[in-house]
Amino acid sequence: MFMPAILYIVALVGVPFVMAFVYSVSDAKVGSVHYHFVGLKNFIDILHNPTFIRSLENSFLFTISSQILVLIGSTILALALRDAFPGRRFLRFLILLPWVAPVSIGSLGWKWILDSLYSVITWVLVRMHLVNQFDAPMWLGEPKLAMMSVILVHTWHMMPFATVILLAGLTAIPSEIPEAAAVDGAGFFRTLFQITIPMMLPIINVAVLFGAIFTFTDMTVIYILTRGGPYDTTQVIPSEAFFTGILGSDLAEGAAISIFLVPVLVIAAYLALRSAHRAEVT
Amino acid sequence: MARRRQRKVVLNVAMWCVRIVFGALLAFPFYWMLITTFKRNTDLNNLKNNPFIFNEPPTLDHLRLLFHETMFGRWVLNTAFAGLIVVIITLVLAVPAAYALARLTGNWGAQLGIGVFLTYLVPPTLLFIPLSKVVAMLGLQDTLWSVIVVYPTFTLPFSIWLLMGFFKSIPKDLDDAAMVDGLTRWGAFVKLMIPMSVSGILTVVIFAFTLVTQEFVYALTFISSAANQTVGVGVPTYLVRGDVYYWGSLMAACLITSVPIGILYNTFLDRFIEGFTGGAVK
Amino acid sequence: MAVVETRKLTKVFKRGNVGAVNNVDLESREGEFLVLLGPSGSGKTTLLRMIAGLEEPTSGDILIGGRLVNDLTPRERGIAMVFQSYALYPHLSVFNNIVFPLKAQGVPKERRQKQAEWAASLLGIQHLFARKPRELSGGERQRVALARAIVREPSLFLLDEPLSNLDAKLRASAREELEQFQERIGTTTIYVTHDQVEAMAMGDRVVVMSQGVVRQIGTPADVYDEPADTFVATFLGSPPMNILPFEETLVGFRPEHFLPVGVSERPGASVSYSYHIDHSEYLGAELVLYGVMVGGAFDGMKAISRVPSTHAAGLTDGSTHTFWVGASDVKFFDRVTSKRTTASRLPS
Repeated sequence: MFMPAILYIVALVGVPFVMAFVYSVSDAKVGSVHYHFVGLKNFIDILHNPTFIRSLENSFLFTISSQILVLIGSTILALALRDAFPGRRFLRFLILLPWVAPVSIGSLGWKWILDSLYSVITWVLVRMHLVNQFDAPMWLGEPKLAMMSVILVHTWHMMPFATVILLAGLTAIPSEIPEAAAVDGAGFFRTLFQITIPMMLPIINVAVLFGAIFTFTDMTVIYILTRGGPYDTTQVIPSEAFFTGILGSDLAEGAAISIFLVPVLVIAAYLALRSAHRAEVT
Repeated sequence: MARRRQRKVVLNVAMWCVRIVFGALLAFPFYWMLITTFKRNTDLNNLKNNPFIFNEPPTLDHLRLLFHETMFGRWVLNTAFAGLIVVIITLVLAVPAAYALARLTGNWGAQLGIGVFLTYLVPPTLLFIPLSKVVAMLGLQDTLWSVIVVYPTFTLPFSIWLLMGFFKSIPKDLDDAAMVDGLTRWGAFVKLMIPMSVSGILTVVIFAFTLVTQEFVYALTFISSAANQTVGVGVPTYLVRGDVYYWGSLMAACLITSVPIGILYNTFLDRFIEGFTGGAVK
Repeated sequence: MAVVETRKLTKVFKRGNVGAVNNVDLESREGEFLVLLGPSGSGKTTLLRMIAGLEEPTSGDILIGGRLVNDLTPRERGIAMVFQSYALYPHLSVFNNIVFPLKAQGVPKERRQKQAEWAASLLGIQHLFARKPRELSGGERQRVALARAIVREPSLFLLDEPLSNLDAKLRASAREELEQFQERIGTTTIYVTHDQVEAMAMGDRVVVMSQGVVRQIGTPADVYDEPADTFVATFLGSPPMNILPFEETLVGFRPEHFLPVGVSERPGASVSYSYHIDHSEYLGAELVLYGVMVGGAFDGMKAISRVPSTHAAGLTDGSTHTFWVGASDVKFFDRVTSKRTTASRLPS
């Protein structure tokens, strides 16, 4: 009974997955039917392309920094949401919105908030006399600021996901454990850092690994906010693959670029499986 | 004497600060969408105005523009239609597959299940280039059907994984009892397992549907005419004419798409988390 | 060592509801093993948690060693507690579990090592130091929990059904061990259980609770032989005491005192009844009879008898015999309040 589903997945995930590798060593273009084996030419080309190197670096910067922010934020938030309080359900709904709303739509909201002229952030900073209105920061127009902006927007998008997962881990800790710690003389911070967080480590691993995979392979936030700009300074591997392979019609080179996602995916998937397994043993 | 109470109060205040600050930060873009939707352009474009309040009376102009002069309505219908068909495909394939995998004896079922789940981690940004060729070969380029065919590649793995957990929680004795009572395995599945897992199936319906509404990369890659677009791509790409952003209408579109999906998702969240955390939370 | 005292201690979880614990006055003695016994929902665990500081009382006072501790956190009360699930920290080794309370108190490292070894040697678990809790058997977990509790030499020892997670066989030996252990360290101990055998076997005194109220405090012999009310009378003992209405009172006598004429060796007055056996259960050492009184004041009422197997000859289902009960074994309870009253006269 599982064959139809498996076949569907093999046909539309397995086959394309292999095709991605085949394309990466060919000269396939959009529209053309003939293509030839060209060996590692595409890989050599892109490794000599400074934009690609930049996007590779950006991918790691983007993933690691947003995941660190997500981890810290979601841990604090999960702790604040653990105990029952009036309005908990409503707050959970509000906090979830960034994750459940289509990410392209949420990013579009940020594009308006970070507008070069009408940005509400700029307006507040001007009122606080922190910046000059005529020399306002171009949130998405200056390389460093643009990178910071996409990282923060992505953090905003991923935080709810990590929070609800950590919350599930937190509520799975039997209430007798923190009580025992209290009787044993541990205060709030000792209980937090020596009992609660270490006990949540397996679930934190799960949240971080999934978050890292989703972040490393996503291009939506960047596509909407900066299109990789200014001057390709916020390009990441997926967006670079899209611009080269789809918009630039160079399927082969686009495929070669996207192949660089694979090693990271494999490592993350391996770690995810291992930590899930470990958590099950505990 | 009062020290204990004092410490409690301090902790409580800290918790509320975290809740309010995070809640405000995470929900802010949606508040911003709401206020922008009803603001007059002259209000929006006046830098002297306080952007947080209505400086001029609210207006429905942006909504009128959105529904009468753009294809927004069409995109919503397209998305709903695609969602519906994808949900049907997903259910037809995933429910029997999940049941069969859950009941597979030995280690096999678990291994296959994990294999299926891993395909969920293969990102669109790796597959979109080969899939664009597959879509072209099927003659589906630039049609809504292109995404309808491709979306089950990510709704299936997750749904199978989720439903597997569900079927596993139904004791095997029940199947055996049904078969002793004269039903075939297929009969037991249809007459016993499906009715018993209605809530699991409903969860899958909601998630497959929301995943479809959230998808961006495939729709952006495969569909090029505005009329065939889904809402997630249509709003950020076609609602912007040249360099002119109709922020009022854009934010109205964002708000209208985000909030219903948010509410839908929120209702079924707990099951969704179970699917992700799997064995990591016990 | 310290004594615990509660004064009018009350806990109401939901305003308007009946309290989980109501006006409990309790005073332990120095080094005593005090057992809180009651069915689930009787408030015994809530009472223990209030003493531990995990639950805030709605009203009333708690004193430990003469000091009012209502507003102290658990850590400031100088107590140790063993939880029902043992609440071992799953990510820490046995050694680190045991020294955790010492670390929290800022005890220097060498002293921690020494204390841990002392506590572990008392329980014979030194060889488990490197293991994680999940690698231990139920009995070993219980010892680790005990070691973690005594390691800082608490003035008061609280135990919440620590044997309920062990299988029946292990429970008996663990019970005995725990009893001897408490005797050796001599720390005042409050022990919560719903198991009357544990309570009778271990307690210096037993506090019988029901619906948040203390029904009786006394030695195991007191609460068994001289129950204060019908609840205590029927909660303790298995099968429970026979309670039969007679005029303005309820008359109670234990199944093991209701015997065929001639069996009892107890001297003194007795009263006899005609007893029809409906059915019986043979339990090896004894025979439990379920039957009906025939004639007299109790005509038609059900009663249970426990006869030693050595005296069971002829007691077949459907037969009628003369049974008797010693006059001193018959207890009287008020029909309205269900409290003990003095004997009016023996019904016959």
